[in-house]
Amino acid sequence: MFSIIVGLIVAVILIILNIVLQKVSFPKEGRILAIIVIMTGYIYWGFEPYAHHEMHPHVADATYTFDGKADVEALKEAGADTAETEAFWAKAVEAASLSGNVAAGKELVAANCTGCHSITSEGFPELMSDADAAASYGVTPPDLSIAGKIYDKNFLAAVIMDPVKAMHIEHKYPVGGDKVFPMPASDWMAPQEIADMVAYLASAASKVPAVETKEGASEFEISKAQNKQVFEAACVRCHPMSYAGIEAKTPADIMSAYIGATPPDLSQHIRSRGDHYLHNFINDPQRKLPGTGMPRVGLTQEAEKQVVEYMTQIGDSKKQEREELGPKVLIYLVILAIFALLWKKQIWRDLH
Amino acid sequence: MINESRRGFMGKAFGAVAAVGAVGSLVAMKKSWDPLPSVMAAGFTTVDLSNFTANKLEIAKWQGKPIFILKFGADMPEVEKRSVKVGAHYYSVMIGLCTHLGCIPAYKDSEHTFKCACHGGEFNAAGVHTFGPPPRPLDIPPFSIKDENTIVLGEVGPEYTELIARLSTDTNIA
Amino acid sequence: MAEFEKANSVGEWFDQRLNTSGFWRVMMTEYWIPKNINFLWAMGALLAMLFTLLLVTGIFLLMYYKPDVNMAFDSVNYTIMQEVAYGWLFRNVHGVGASVVFLVIYIHMFTAIYYGSYKKGREMIWLSGMLLFVTFSAEGFSGYMLPWGQMSYWAAYVITEIFGGIPFIGDELVIWIRGNFYVADATLTRFFMLHVLLIPMAILGAIVFHFYTLRFPHVNNEEGEFFDYKEESEKYLAGKKAESKVIAFWPDFLSKDFMVISIFMIFFFYLVFYHNAFAMDPVNFDKADGMKTPAHIYPEWYFLWSYEVLRGFFFDIAGISGKSLGLMAFGFAQGIFMVLPWLDRSPMVKPANQRPIFKYWFWLLMADLFVLTIFGKLPPTGANAWVGFFSSITFLGLFIALPFLTKIEAKMVGGK
Ligand code: HEM
Ligand code: FES
Repeated sequence: MFSIIVGLIVAVILIILNIVLQKVSFPKEGRILAIIVIMTGYIYWGFEPYAHHEMHPHVADATYTFDGKADVEALKEAGADTAETEAFWAKAVEAASLSGNVAAGKELVAANCTGCHSITSEGFPELMSDADAAASYGVTPPDLSIAGKIYDKNFLAAVIMDPVKAMHIEHKYPVGGDKVFPMPASDWMAPQEIADMVAYLASAASKVPAVETKEGASEFEISKAQNKQVFEAACVRCHPMSYAGIEAKTPADIMSAYIGATPPDLSQHIRSRGDHYLHNFINDPQRKLPGTGMPRVGLTQEAEKQVVEYMTQIGDSKKQEREELGPKVLIYLVILAIFALLWKKQIWRDLH
Repeated sequence: MINESRRGFMGKAFGAVAAVGAVGSLVAMKKSWDPLPSVMAAGFTTVDLSNFTANKLEIAKWQGKPIFILKFGADMPEVEKRSVKVGAHYYSVMIGLCTHLGCIPAYKDSEHTFKCACHGGEFNAAGVHTFGPPPRPLDIPPFSIKDENTIVLGEVGPEYTELIARLSTDTNIA
Repeated sequence: MAEFEKANSVGEWFDQRLNTSGFWRVMMTEYWIPKNINFLWAMGALLAMLFTLLLVTGIFLLMYYKPDVNMAFDSVNYTIMQEVAYGWLFRNVHGVGASVVFLVIYIHMFTAIYYGSYKKGREMIWLSGMLLFVTFSAEGFSGYMLPWGQMSYWAAYVITEIFGGIPFIGDELVIWIRGNFYVADATLTRFFMLHVLLIPMAILGAIVFHFYTLRFPHVNNEEGEFFDYKEESEKYLAGKKAESKVIAFWPDFLSKDFMVISIFMIFFFYLVFYHNAFAMDPVNFDKADGMKTPAHIYPEWYFLWSYEVLRGFFFDIAGISGKSLGLMAFGFAQGIFMVLPWLDRSPMVKPANQRPIFKYWFWLLMADLFVLTIFGKLPPTGANAWVGFFSSITFLGLFIALPFLTKIEAKMVGGK
């Protein structure tokens, strides 16, 4: 309906413009051009920005504090009880704010995590192949070498305490339901213990050397390699990306049994979803796609940027070339148009 | 008339600027015919020589072409100048396309000779033309030696550079 | 045959054999165009330019495209977009060109309607133009299918499904068109053939024919004035160019066309480089999946108005199903522009704003098409459905009323 009102306004503008321009003896061709531009602009507005706005309602922007506020808001809106969620996040935030002891954290991690998770950079090896791990757990558990860098501190604390809540997939694993999330909750731990583990993961991640690239690699290649490391740690357990030659670590059939759907190949998501959507979605999938099986990933703002950048470098790999060529072509065309104009003027001088 | 020539000039100037654009787009069109990056990247073939038997021709595929690799036995007249030493053995490494018109010659092991069915060309075990229309020995593809049992076709290694340099100065052989 | 002189130049050599100078004179320097025109008359040449761009870029896409349901998507989105040197440029020009060509076609068409350029001797120009509109539409539709994304698939599915509404033969017709029970490999390969061979050939023929139809009636002008071309061209040839009402096709008319084209190209390539999502729908970057319909499906913007006429009838009237009504209205919308020269019963050839009744009709039609276009993309629920219904009715009503309105107008202006 809004578009009709805008249409009427456009019509009134056109009429006024027409009358005014006729009065001030504006060149007629200019008037025609103005009318066409306005009409084209109106149509464009209607089928692009306006239609988008109508079809894809705006959702809250991504936030990177991971303090559970959005979850609480959502519960409130749904009229549900928020006490438990509030308490959970309060504890996670508190744990993350304590200063942890790396050595103590290492012992805790070795005792509690490395049975399933590898931390290859620290000498905790993979105990089985990706496929076997997927078969026994339902999904391949992530290697934690750079977890301390790419995941937010609050989020890490929350995941250790209760992965289902942290990842915002309670709808998939309701309390007392018959499906059990493969990673057990450790909410019995003291905040200080959690802080120690988070501190250990952060220290382990800080020791991982920068990604090696071939000598003489371009800036693009270097950033692509660095971004790929984050992408592989954060997304590739579930998603393939065929245009980068990446297969998902968890085989598709196991994945679909685990989550109820096959996570899509991400090769072209930068084109099909766009970076704005991707940021919002990765930050909290439930917000854009309620009910989806994809967990909240908990990436820091920096890591998420790298992930989306990687998707651009693979899915829109000629972006840089396009942006470099664009200005040159446009400048050439302006020059061409000037010559065309001068020629036309010369020819038409005799005709008037 | 001054006016006439001025007008003609502007038209030509416009035409010239337009032609620049046309040539620019021709460059883009030319490049779009180039082999794709994936084709270029696929231009390497690694060959494992460990199971090769002397005097038995093995054919590898590199850039869609047959590559003859022939291990020399002790009984074979060795043309050291054209063969490649990998580990303890000598090998002929050659593009298996007749230098006459591109047919693939067949190897007669009893005669240690390549015979081309198309127009009767013949080459010895080292690939040197010995009979018929072929104008020069079989070509040698770029290669590099990785270890005593592995060579990579398509990669320019020091042995290859050296061999080519040697052949180009030696009129006796090539 | 007369005695042949030895030619003094290459030009003369050809002239002796092909009469190139005579041909040039007839087609170019002595092909007369009215002087009294504005840049809207450059839209035809602009269309020819855009068609050329589409043809050339299409040829380059064709070298790497693979018409196979398993390979099509990646051949476009990986091979062409990421691998081939400048493949992305060819695709963007082709995609944006296909969209923008319709903008210019619509400007061209509605210019003709506004200035009454479809009647009094110009009927064949109009008909050949409509032939181009139809073939271009078919070209756009078949091309949209080729990348084999979600939109390709579902647009193909829904549009071919439309033929199922034709009485008696509908169901079989749909299967015949698709070559399968659903949109499948056979459908893709046959639409590929249509897109790269049959329809472009038809378009080329239709363009030549369209140009030919312009030759005798000459193009219209801003005032709809009829004058004696012989007399005016003699003035021009006698050097009284300023006095004459005509200009030569070359260089006069074309110099202006080239100017308009050059300026338009700035806008066009801006879209190609920086703003192409409107022409290359994001949803189509998801691979076709016959088991999952996207949340919103809609055609390209230039088909939205007729799509909305199709959707407009969402309930049964007088025992006829909404689906059938929509189909009939859709058929009506496709065909009705063809017969416009015979629906307009007023002899006036004047710009619409000088015609007492037609001017309201014209602007109402424009407004209605705008509403149809914009609502054609929105989900057809609630109030939107009713807007769709009423604007569809208005569309039909406008064309049904046209003969009567113009008859009245004819009386008012007394045969002028
Ligand atoms: C690719 C498609 C088309 C091309 C290349 C094309 C080309 C041209 C050209 C060069 C002219 C003469 C100059 C001008 O008035 O612009 C022209 C005139 C005309 N065209 Fe088209 N045209 C196309 C499509 C159409 C369509 C779809 C229609 C409408 C149904 C149409 C109707 C007309 C009419 C009525 C004229 C005469 C204008 C007048 O007399 O003022 N054309 N066309
Ligand atoms: S091709 Fe081998 S002899 Fe002619």
